[in-house]
Order: sequence, then structure tokens, then C-alpha cells
Amino acid sequence: MTLVHDLENAVLPALTPQEIRRYSRHLIMPEVGTAGQQALKAAKVLMVGTGGLGSPLGMYLAAAGVGTLGLVEFDTVDESNLHRQLLYSASDVGRPKIQAAMERLNEVNPHVELVPHQVRLDSSNALDIAKDYDLVVDGTDNFPTRYLVNDTCVLLGKPNVYGSIFRFEGQVSVFWAEKGPCYRCLFPEPPPPGLVPSCAEGGVLGVLPGIIGSLQANEVIKLILGRGEPAIGRLLLFDALRLKFRELKLRKNPECPVCGEHPTVTSLIDYEQFCGLGQEEDLGPEIDIDPIEVKRLLDSGTKLTILDVRNPPEFEIGTIEGATLIPLPELQDRLGELDSRETIIVHCHHGPRSTRAVGLLRKFGFTKAKNLKGGIDQWSVDVDPSVPRY
Amino acid sequence: MSLTIQIPTPLRRFTGERGEVQVEGATVGEALRRLVDQHAALQPHLYTEDGKLRSFVNLFLNDEDVRYLKQENTPVQEGDTLSIIPSIAGGGLR
Repeated sequence: MTLVHDLENAVLPALTPQEIRRYSRHLIMPEVGTAGQQALKAAKVLMVGTGGLGSPLGMYLAAAGVGTLGLVEFDTVDESNLHRQLLYSASDVGRPKIQAAMERLNEVNPHVELVPHQVRLDSSNALDIAKDYDLVVDGTDNFPTRYLVNDTCVLLGKPNVYGSIFRFEGQVSVFWAEKGPCYRCLFPEPPPPGLVPSCAEGGVLGVLPGIIGSLQANEVIKLILGRGEPAIGRLLLFDALRLKFRELKLRKNPECPVCGEHPTVTSLIDYEQFCGLGQEEDLGPEIDIDPIEVKRLLDSGTKLTILDVRNPPEFEIGTIEGATLIPLPELQDRLGELDSRETIIVHCHHGPRSTRAVGLLRKFGFTKAKNLKGGIDQWSVDVDPSVPRY
Repeated sequence: MSLTIQIPTPLRRFTGERGEVQVEGATVGEALRRLVDQHAALQPHLYTEDGKLRSFVNLFLNDEDVRYLKQENTPVQEGDTLSIIPSIAGGGLR
């Protein structure tokens, strides 16, 4: 089905007496009313991701009575999720997120039909999963999946309710190619890998996904009700530190490769490759060195430079004794501080940033640069448990 | 012309954590070059090695995308705001 806009004449599912009691504060509002609540009951919404954004989204959409809520999620609950992902409790750590989310959302509203999709969304399954839904909400955390969600929605003609967060800054829009621009009209190309840190590297204010996810839920409900002015062709920016909202005008790009006048992307592509992932230069297995081996070398008096490429706040949590801190983004400008004749053991939290750093160092002649396998996290496990894990 | 450039969070580490920088310039391109003069570490994040603006850098003059104005040649007015809009992907699957 498609989104119902003629609520007066549409054939919609009736509300039970129990549902009428439950949704009474909606029903007495002229903007929702019985027909609007029935439209919510008829609606099928697919949430991609049940993490930071997905938590408020899922809870508000379920509470509001969206009839069918599809959840796409493959991850398990980690302790570091709990500062922002309110779907999960301390006792859920280690459980599949989708299982915990289904239980929680069923508690929120047993009238909602929950459909689990316990898979990683990719080009082979996205169209098939999304085709049965009226709209898709993007609560993902990486560029390849964002482009995948966008292209899937464009190809199926469905709205994509977009939200994204970083540290204390958020973005919201509704991308709907039939009525306005798509994600690619705004961001034709992803930034190269490593330039924009992920939340796992850059951090995120716990309350921020609560705000942005709630704004997405509001857009979803407006689209279903056909009320108000959806954020089509508008990008809302939120700065939590300065408490400022700003709005930018977005235009449909006639040359957009997926929704433009002459589209070149007419089926789903390899999004990892499109985002430049999985094609980093292979430096070979010999670039890695185990924490235990490094400890042995240090104990035997071998002269090593330990280079920490994390960010200063991470350095404050815990360090390897004697390490030099040069955050990865500053490394290229600060190579002069390092000695290319020495063996340099590079580490970050668990490996991605230090691997990139080793690639950069070797390119500039630091042939003895090595990557501490598993980062300071593995160091804490194998060598020094007094270094806190985070 | 004096205008304000809004620096997005991922780039603030290159501007001494400043979210806004005041620069002079007659066009968007000129203003950006002044910004890079003041904060040289921004250079590789905004421009390619041959000096072209990187394609994933989105610039909005007030609320309009400069791609639909005159790109870097867009003239600016006193008091305008130029925003660098980053692609951010974070959401929270993990």
C-alpha cells in the first residue's frame, strides 16, 4: 500500500474499544482524530537500526499506534550503548538487540505488529525487505548503509526519514525523490574513509539521538497523517551545545545519479566500494604486532616508540606507559616529531585508526611502523588490566 | 565584506574548537581561502591537492546551496553566513 492522503474516503482498519481508550489524547485532536489514528494503524514503517536514533523512534512510533513496525538490526547490546539507547537495560548486555527491542516495544504497545529482520541490510536484501513498507526511517550509523537506504527508497518510490548525529550536532530531513531531493542530491559523494570519525571514534552526547530520533518520529507521524509541512527539501540542523536550530533549503539535483533526469544508478550497487571501504591498501599481515610481543620487547629493553593516535579525551581515560600522543588527523602535519629510524608501535582504541596511521607512516618512509593488534583495548586484556576498557 | 563561516563539529579541531570564524571576502571562494589562511590545517579537508574544492564539501550561503548559486564565485553580502555542511553518518547501530 502507499501512504493514505485522502483519510475521509480511505478504507481503514477500525479501532477496538481498547485502542480508543489508549489513543484518546490523539483522537480528540482535530489534526489526528479517528481517521488519523486509523491511518496510523494501517501504516507500515521500516526502521533501519534500533540503536541511538532507533530507540526513541521505536518507542514513540509504537506508543503512537503505528500498526506495523519493521525492525532491521543485527547487532548485540553492548555496555557502551546504554548511555543513549533507551530501548535497552543493563540486563540486556550481550543479547541480540532485535530480541530485546521486540520485548521492550511489545511492552510499550501490544497492539503494534512488530516484524523482526535480524540481518545486516545490504544490496541483496534491501529491496525485498523495504518493499512491503510505506516508509523507511534511517537510523543507521555508517555511510554505506545510508546510501543503500537512500537508493532503496528512491527505487521503490518511498519516503526516507533521515536523521544523523555526531557528538552534539544533528541533522534531520525527509528525502522523498517523488516530491523533492534525495540524500544523494545533498551528498553526491561520501567523504573518503577516515576523514569523518564514527560515533565509536568521535563520541556522541547521549541525549542527542533522543532529540534527533524524536524529530524523525514526528516526521513519520506527519507523513502518515498527511498533516503539516514535512521536512521535504529542508535540512534541519541542531547544535545541542549552543541550543540552536537552523534550516537549509535543499534542491533536487537534476543530475542526481539516482533520482535525476537521467539516472545512472538503476539498481542497488556495492555501497562499501562506493564509500571507498574494503579497498584500502593491503599492508600485509606483517604490519601487526601482538600486545604480548610488544610487552616482551619492552621488558627486554628494546627501544620502541609507542605512538597513540587516539584523541586527547581517550588518552585521559588510560594510556600505555611512555606513549606519545598524536591524534590521527594531526599526524601528517606532525611527522617531524617522529624518528623514522626507530620502531614505532602505533595504537588506537582497537585498530582502525592505527592501521590508517601505519599506512600513512610507511608512505612517508617510516618503514618500521607497526600496528598494535587490537589496540589499547587488547593491551588492557593481555598485558595491563589497570588500563580501563571503554 | 565581513561574513561568518559556520564550522561543523568534525572540523572544529582545526579551528581551535571555534564554531564560527569571521572573515572578509567578496565571494564564497575568497572567504573560504581566508578561512584556510587563518587555519591552515583545514586545507586538506576542504581542498584537493590541486587546489579544487572537495566534492563532498557542501557549502550553504545563508540557507541556499552554493551549487545552485554561482558556486565559489557566488558574491557575498555584509553579514552573510556561510555554512560548511558535513556528511555525518552516526546514528547508533553500535
